[in-house]
Amino acid sequence: MSTTPSTPSTPSTTPAAVRSFSEVSVGDALPATTVHVDRARLVQYAGASLDRNRIHWDEPFAKAVGLPDVIAHGMFTMGSAVTLVTAWVGDAGRVVEYGVRFTRPVVVPYDAGADIEVSGVVKSVDPETKRVTVELTATAAGEKVLGRALAVAVLD
Amino acid sequence: MPVNSDFQGRVYPPTETYRVSAAKIREFAEAVGSADRVHVDAEVARARGYADVIAPPTFAVLIAQQCDGQLIRDPEAGIDFSRVVHGEQRFVHHRPLTAGDAVVGTLHVDTVREAGGHAMVTTRTELATEAGEAVCTATSTIVIRGGE
Repeated sequence: MSTTPSTPSTPSTTPAAVRSFSEVSVGDALPATTVHVDRARLVQYAGASLDRNRIHWDEPFAKAVGLPDVIAHGMFTMGSAVTLVTAWVGDAGRVVEYGVRFTRPVVVPYDAGADIEVSGVVKSVDPETKRVTVELTATAAGEKVLGRALAVAVLD
Repeated sequence: MPVNSDFQGRVYPPTETYRVSAAKIREFAEAVGSADRVHVDAEVARARGYADVIAPPTFAVLIAQQCDGQLIRDPEAGIDFSRVVHGEQRFVHHRPLTAGDAVVGTLHVDTVREAGGHAMVTTRTELATEAGEAVCTATSTIVIRGGE
């Protein structure tokens, strides 16, 4: 299925290489990524999350309630954006805090879908706890879709 | 005011138990595009010290939104769901949600306030195992748009 991400075929017993705290500094940029989202992906997320609100897949319904078109679940954007952090950290279980504001909806047209550009930068580090705070930026169609997007991870 | 402000401070009884399954974790991880094998391969998860596959950081919303439903569906709260917009979301993980966990959610209505003709309601769901171990605190702010 085209919406299922490919996964590396590393041996399943390989332990995680969690990023070392000593190699991280304030101001470091995480590798940026683009998340493509189309209607199929929104239906997939609706089923996975049990959030079946029609504004996320039913175009006539979305327009009838005053939206420009179908919009992505805010939680889809939040959940896909943090994969930038989990991949950089090396273990999804190390993300101990994550919060965002939903500033604008991601509009998802039928034909083209939408691209969400996600980047991240290290805002603070705490040597006592080996916690690092990453601020994420997510934009779609040139507009910020998340505000105050901060993820805290514990490194090795 | 589109929301009953008397609801501030209300705490709902714990929900029925939600059992976290490996299948649901995999489905959710694929939907958000998380390639970390820790969501799908129990051997990888155990090698990292987890009891089984663990959920992505936002998986808890699935359980928290079921808890929020108690408030949103409560006729006395007066919330018109068709006017609800998700404003903010935050998770604090005390440990990762793990396949096999049996968790209950307790919904707290932390604040009900009005701003610019809209109502804003902040809820907090405390997820804990049936044995009482804290797992995740999920805080959500919804905006109920005022009438035009």
